[in-house]
Amino acid sequence: MLRLHPYVYHRPKSLKEAVDLLREHAGDVLPIAGGTDLVPNMKHGLFTPGHLVALKGIDELHGIEERDGELLIGAAATLTEVASNYLVREHFPALAEAAAGIAHPMIRNQGTIGGNICLDTRCTYYNQTYFWRKALGFCLKKDGDVCHVVKGGTKCVAAHSADTPPMLIALGATVDIASAEGARSVPLADFFVGDGIWNRRLEPHELVTAVRIRLPEKPIRTLYTKVRERKSVDFPILSIALAATVRDPDVLESIDLVISALGAKPRAIGGLDKIAAGKRLTAEVIEAIAEQAHRQCHPLDNIIVEIEWRRAMVPVYVRRALQDLLENGRGKAAPGDGRGSD
Amino acid sequence: MSEESGKRHDSKRGVSRRSFLGTMGAGTLGVAVTGRTAPAREAVTVESDGTHPVTLRVNGRRFDLRVEPRWTLLDVLRDHLELTGTKLGCSRGECGACTVLIDEQARYACMTLAVEADGREITTVEGLMHGEELGPVQQAFVEEDAFQCGYCTPGQVVAAEGLLRGNPDPDLAEIQKRMSGNLCRCGAYDHIFKAVRRAAELRRSTTH
Repeated sequence: MLRLHPYVYHRPKSLKEAVDLLREHAGDVLPIAGGTDLVPNMKHGLFTPGHLVALKGIDELHGIEERDGELLIGAAATLTEVASNYLVREHFPALAEAAAGIAHPMIRNQGTIGGNICLDTRCTYYNQTYFWRKALGFCLKKDGDVCHVVKGGTKCVAAHSADTPPMLIALGATVDIASAEGARSVPLADFFVGDGIWNRRLEPHELVTAVRIRLPEKPIRTLYTKVRERKSVDFPILSIALAATVRDPDVLESIDLVISALGAKPRAIGGLDKIAAGKRLTAEVIEAIAEQAHRQCHPLDNIIVEIEWRRAMVPVYVRRALQDLLENGRGKAAPGDGRGSD
Repeated sequence: MSEESGKRHDSKRGVSRRSFLGTMGAGTLGVAVTGRTAPAREAVTVESDGTHPVTLRVNGRRFDLRVEPRWTLLDVLRDHLELTGTKLGCSRGECGACTVLIDEQARYACMTLAVEADGREITTVEGLMHGEELGPVQQAFVEEDAFQCGYCTPGQVVAAEGLLRGNPDPDLAEIQKRMSGNLCRCGAYDHIFKAVRRAAELRRSTTH
């Protein structure tokens, strides 16, 4: 049985109270919303804060609404709410699908989109009990100074494993962040950094309060698909998010392709404008995009899945995703292709 | 200690291992149980020691208790309320043995802090009984032989109950999707899916 360590639990009613608590206990405090990532991580001894600040009782963090030409999703909206919300489904169906494919129904009933954006990176040698990690001499990310993935490595390569951020980045989303010092906003594309130990530009005393997506002026097609060992419960081992502006007949005006679950941050595939913009989505263009993705993706042994196979799957799934995007309008992946069971 | 829980510990059955452990737990806890039929005395107040007062409504009964913030809902249900139908499996949100309904929604009790369940309506597998009779989902699991070892079964039953409360007539795809957070290492999935279909029929034909 895995037990939690003792801590003081705070239940603020307002955002102001929450950020003040985070400042007051700086260095020894973490925020908790759904807790679906933090609770098991605490049970594994990966985080042992003396204080927890609970966010679910803060009204300002809830709700999904259209405001000033944007879709605003409060950080404490559960993944079930995001997956089933009519505004999300209407404007960004692939975001609803990304949320609907996370883990399994119980996690989605509890976990939040803010938590998904701030999900801790994952690695075979990290997401283990204290006993397990100790037996191996710990690792760079927690308690140790060696990397078991890259021998002699000095940089942690634990994988960004969250489902909604790749899709949100492809959609050009912005995150709102609050702290006792004030509020700021960052494009999600600039939010993540390639450091597996702490992969987000978010100070420990800061909170993600909302994510905003500009409603598209032109019709867009969006698609999210992923590979995982089982079609439920598991984190992705490869995830692909696509957002494209397409004008008839099938001419791409712009395309954003974000691939994740390989390294410490989601990777926006570069150079697609040259390959695809203004062109029809022909077999040749699809192939060129798939090749470009393959060149830029280099998975590591942070998950026990053969890395050559994982890399080889990148163009395969990009190709399938593009074909789905072409054939199914706004992009619904065909069932049974390795995406979530949802 | 309330009359009702005191009676349970001093019953004529003598001291079982479970009631002994329960008494030990209650010593640090201060449980006040309010039965629907027997209004209990005032809740026992414990001096502030980092515990939080919470009110849990479990299977229609109200429990006022003080919990440590590090106790999960599963810890409280099993170790302090003696509702051991809800099982401890992986302890980290991967298996579903600890599934309970919180405000009608299926959730993992091992991932939910007891303080987070304050004021919520909780249903465990014990709450699906109709007196001494099995509820329709339990009855369907028996009829369809939907288990081998049975360890995951309470979680499966509660997940199925949660599904059927929201959708009284789910198709197979919906059942597979909504039951996907409950693993069965014996692999009794086909029978479990049949049992959920059967449970849907039984629920419709039962008036309760």
